[in-house]
Amino acid sequence: MVLPASSPVANGDAPVAGNPRSIHDAVIRLAGDSQDGIQTIGGFLARLAGRSDQDVMTYMTIPSTISGGPSIFQVRMGTGDILTAGDQTDLLVAFYQHSYEEHLDSLRPGGVLLYDTDHVKPDPDDRRFTAIGVPITSLTVEAAGGSTKGKGKNIFVLGLLARIFDLDVGKLAALVRERFGGRSEDIVRNAMVAFDAGYAYPADNIRDCFFRFAAEPGERAHGRPQVTMDGNVALTYGLIAAGVRFGAGYPITPWSSIMEMLRSDLPKYGGIFVQAEDELGAIGYALGFAYAGHLAVTGSSGPGLSLKMEALGWAVMSEMPLIVINVQRGGPSTGMPTNVEQGDLMQAIYGSHGDTPRVVLAPRNVEDCFYIALEAGRLARQYSTPVIILTDQALATRIEAFDEPDLAGLMVDPKPDLSERGTDFKPFPLDRITRHAPPGSRIATGHYPTVTGLEHDELGHPSGNPELHRRMTAKRREKIKALAAALPATGVYGDDEGEVLLVGWGSTWGSVREAVNQLRAGGVKAGQVHLRNLHPLPPDLGGIFRRYRDVLVVEMNDEGLYGYGQLALLLRACWAMPSIRSITKTDGLTFKVGEVVDGVKLCLSPRS
Amino acid sequence: MSQPQVLTRKSIVADHPTWCPGCGDFAVLAVFYRVLERLQYPHENIVTMAGIGCSSRFPYFVNTHGGHYIHGRALPFSAAVSLSRDDLHVFVFGGDGDGFSIGGNHLVHTARKNVRMTYVIMDNFVYGLTKKQTSPTSPLGFKSKTDPTGAIDQPINPMGTLVNSGATFIARSHATQVAHMTEMMERAAKHDGFSVIEILSECVEFFPGAFDAGNPRKGGKFPLIEERKNDGTPEDQLRHDISDVSSAYRMASLPWPGVFGVFYESQRPTKNALEGKLIAAAREKVAGKSDLEILQSSFARLR
Repeated sequence: MVLPASSPVANGDAPVAGNPRSIHDAVIRLAGDSQDGIQTIGGFLARLAGRSDQDVMTYMTIPSTISGGPSIFQVRMGTGDILTAGDQTDLLVAFYQHSYEEHLDSLRPGGVLLYDTDHVKPDPDDRRFTAIGVPITSLTVEAAGGSTKGKGKNIFVLGLLARIFDLDVGKLAALVRERFGGRSEDIVRNAMVAFDAGYAYPADNIRDCFFRFAAEPGERAHGRPQVTMDGNVALTYGLIAAGVRFGAGYPITPWSSIMEMLRSDLPKYGGIFVQAEDELGAIGYALGFAYAGHLAVTGSSGPGLSLKMEALGWAVMSEMPLIVINVQRGGPSTGMPTNVEQGDLMQAIYGSHGDTPRVVLAPRNVEDCFYIALEAGRLARQYSTPVIILTDQALATRIEAFDEPDLAGLMVDPKPDLSERGTDFKPFPLDRITRHAPPGSRIATGHYPTVTGLEHDELGHPSGNPELHRRMTAKRREKIKALAAALPATGVYGDDEGEVLLVGWGSTWGSVREAVNQLRAGGVKAGQVHLRNLHPLPPDLGGIFRRYRDVLVVEMNDEGLYGYGQLALLLRACWAMPSIRSITKTDGLTFKVGEVVDGVKLCLSPRS
Repeated sequence: MSQPQVLTRKSIVADHPTWCPGCGDFAVLAVFYRVLERLQYPHENIVTMAGIGCSSRFPYFVNTHGGHYIHGRALPFSAAVSLSRDDLHVFVFGGDGDGFSIGGNHLVHTARKNVRMTYVIMDNFVYGLTKKQTSPTSPLGFKSKTDPTGAIDQPINPMGTLVNSGATFIARSHATQVAHMTEMMERAAKHDGFSVIEILSECVEFFPGAFDAGNPRKGGKFPLIEERKNDGTPEDQLRHDISDVSSAYRMASLPWPGVFGVFYESQRPTKNALEGKLIAAAREKVAGKSDLEILQSSFARLR
């Protein structure tokens, strides 16, 4: 609880009352157990920020145990570009002793520790932080009644945080009502009682001491409201906007939430999502939907993708459009199901058997999860090819606010083309990209096509002719090369040439960008290229690489037997430049900005 | 070029089959042509699918829309075609390896989901395409390249497996019995649900004579299931009630060569119909909204 002295400041050298630290953003880490509902209040905070036109990003860890276990939710909210969830936290809320012990190091020196005096005994000699004790559990029980057994202390903490950060209580109450209102009025009432108890706690002097947002954010220039969601939700809605109405999957963390949403949402659009008997069946269903004329999706995490690989070979051979999602987690095998890793790049590009050119894309943040699904749909249709989207656990679970997309301009009409095909129809023409005639389309010649995994001639008849195999292999390769040639010029952030270029892909985008900002602020001439198209790679990369002394590829995977991460190895193979090296990590956690900066400093060639 | 209004044998015959002379699969193919001629579905709405194996070459020999998918997995592929396209008639052909070994899991699950389509398993008790290895239905003692001293693993009981799977039409026939096969395949095609037929189809190359015991012309017997007619006569009580799953099990356990005909048939809602109900209920909730409006309202909730 607040110490008897009038100031809540317990110790440490934090600013004194009346002289609050003006801040542009705040990083709050909630540390408790997974059943405490800390994700729920973290979500409230994130959505509140989204509704307040602030930028927001969250980060969470989830135990892979069946029920319970330590869990955190970190939310960073504020003005300006929020690129990462923050290397260090400004305020740590510790629900338990283990939360305190495990997460105290995440707090920046001078930061505020808010702890539940019913469960936490902080080290009284630790003067690095300001420790403020609040009897969270007992005050929640007092407010909401003994039968609640402390349930609702998350909402109590939300009230407390609302007081500390002067958050918009009206908007928060609306969010609570939206979340719980569907269940019963009692639940809303209990939640608001806990919220009010937290809000009533005399904590506003904490704000006066430590946190005051620099300025109210102004009106957003473009007037489009912000939406707040995690990457899996954004990806799911992107698929729907792209025209996906059919799909199939098998449950696996962290992919499952996508299939759960599709299962309940697709019927509204007249579609079907099938929970298949296994991963092999799931891609079988998805390819059946594709063959029937639909844009279809299947997905999984790495282990499930392994099981889909034979069918992926068929998809390449039969030139079937399909979207395949891999929400990467820590591997190999069951690995670390609730952690993040980018270890499936080579699998996505080369997995399966034989020569199987396909498309691989990776979204860079939550917003991009939406747009990458649209891009995947466009490419799958245009090039009649499977497209793999490599997202990851970090993107899947973190929440960001972004401008609501212009849905009216983006929605794709998913109607299958069942028009009669003319006398020149060939399912596998050597001089054009395949356009399948789904069943139900009449064929003017009266000769109906067979789609097949056997090598075939232009009409789909099996053929073992060596020259035909050579030409068909080229057909499947050249269309993907045509896609590469049509890619827009690769954008470079930061210095257009100079000492170091940081190359990344996927969810590391924000950390790498902040690292580039820090390096440049420190006088290093640094640039960033973040690859969305991983296969085929943009052909202009070599020219960009040549403009920097060092090209460092930042990846969350192992340096491997040859000393290079998976993308770095590929880039070296393609452009044969010794300046390309790796910054990798394998702890199952997202890159901190500091880790990238430190990695760069270790790698930088001496200035000449 | 205009298409024939009537589906003739000529219009549905495609490439000449590549099977060995004397293979039982020729007769199954001929029966399929005949059944299609009888059913007169619109030509473009027929789909002929298969997995991998000798029998799975089937789609190349039938001039309809079709596909040759991967080993054992034709069922989920075809189920998706059926589920997403009410206008299509989906037929799947395969062998015992495809159906009972590598694709065993898919068979059971497609059957329990009761997806509307017809699955014909041409069972020859041996792997023919890969030249004589033991199959899941090879009898004990069968000598193959993978069991040179004779098979030691208990074979699958195909009819027992099918009865247990939840399929809603289950029949058994013999490739030498064309009239019987035709009747079974036509009834299977007309069944509203997952219909499956095991057809004993001899591999003359690697297991000649395997099914002689079921072929009267080779000195065997072709005992037919007498289906109950519900005519109130006392002898009718002795006939097989095709909706009685216990009776179907008993018949599946009869000694070789067993009996032929319909083992089981029932009406249970198809997955096609059940998914249709889910869609109808969901569409009612969003009453009249366009796809764009539905998605816009989803985003509005995340503001």
